Amino acid sequence: MDSALSDGSVLALKILVAGGFGVGKTTLVGSVSEIRPLRTEEQLTAAGRGVDDLGGVEQKTTTTVAMDFGRITIRDGLSVYLFGTPGQDRFWFLWDELAQGALGAVVLADTRRLTDCFPAVDFFEHRGIPFVVAVNRFSGTRDFGPEEVSRALDLDEETPVVVCDARMRASGKEVLVNLVEHAGRVHAARLLADTRR
Amino acid sequence: MPYPPRRYLPGSPFGYPPQPDVPVQWFDDAAGPMVRPYAMTRGRTRPSGQQFDLIALVVSDVPEGVELPVGPEQAVILEICRGNALSVAEIAADVDLPLGVVRVLLGDLLEAEYIRVSRPVPPALLPDEHILLEVINGLRAL
Repeated sequence: MDSALSDGSVLALKILVAGGFGVGKTTLVGSVSEIRPLRTEEQLTAAGRGVDDLGGVEQKTTTTVAMDFGRITIRDGLSVYLFGTPGQDRFWFLWDELAQGALGAVVLADTRRLTDCFPAVDFFEHRGIPFVVAVNRFSGTRDFGPEEVSRALDLDEETPVVVCDARMRASGKEVLVNLVEHAGRVHAARLLADTRR
Repeated sequence: MPYPPRRYLPGSPFGYPPQPDVPVQWFDDAAGPMVRPYAMTRGRTRPSGQQFDLIALVVSDVPEGVELPVGPEQAVILEICRGNALSVAEIAADVDLPLGVVRVLLGDLLEAEYIRVSRPVPPALLPDEHILLEVINGLRAL
């Protein structure tokens, strides 16, 4: 382990897990890796200032946000980190940092509340971050085909839609494999486009 | 009991005006953490040098048993990163401190050259085909 950084071969990749509240983000991160809670904090926005009038008293200017992350060690010197994105809208500011340098993202969807994942789909589309939509199969729900979900979300044809059970390790692995393959294709296509320019 | 100027009071758990006979106690969350997180950073909210990415890997070469002029939290960070590359996110989770605080503490350690940090590969260069293949095979083998 001593040589971990000296040869410069240590590499960490970042994958985000996004989706609406209660859709199974934590479950997915947990089923494929070890989960750990991460605390971060940010400056409160100006909107909060008028409300918390503590004139003269030291102002509370930060708020704490908790999120989950996990690690999968591929081999010594190569790890994949999974970050569950905070679900609430007011923590959007964290997404930008999380998304920076990300290999790709998994957008978890629940077909009973498909609209919940719209913001995540928008976010990754706008930033050109490769993503797959994973439909988390909840018991007692009617099964929708991937094509139906893809159409409902108005996805690019290339964006994979997979059905999964976030509780199952094998299923979670398959989602990640799909994502990494997709990210590879997206990058290859971009490189090709660049060389042709 | 003279009333202190009002501007010192609104929002305080003591209420206003103060009631000398009613003792006010702070419990649990109301009392806040035992040490305000940014007291550990002497009030600094940004690291002095670079910003640390969540997945930047940190390793410390400081041999065991060497006493360094660092705070207890920084000593813990050095301990867990000794010869063992950990991401900034893992360090924050392990020492149970907010990311912002950990980043400031890491900035000090880097400045003092007690740690080395490997920055993540820029996304444009990221997925070397072999690496992605390795990741895919690694995930399948889980």
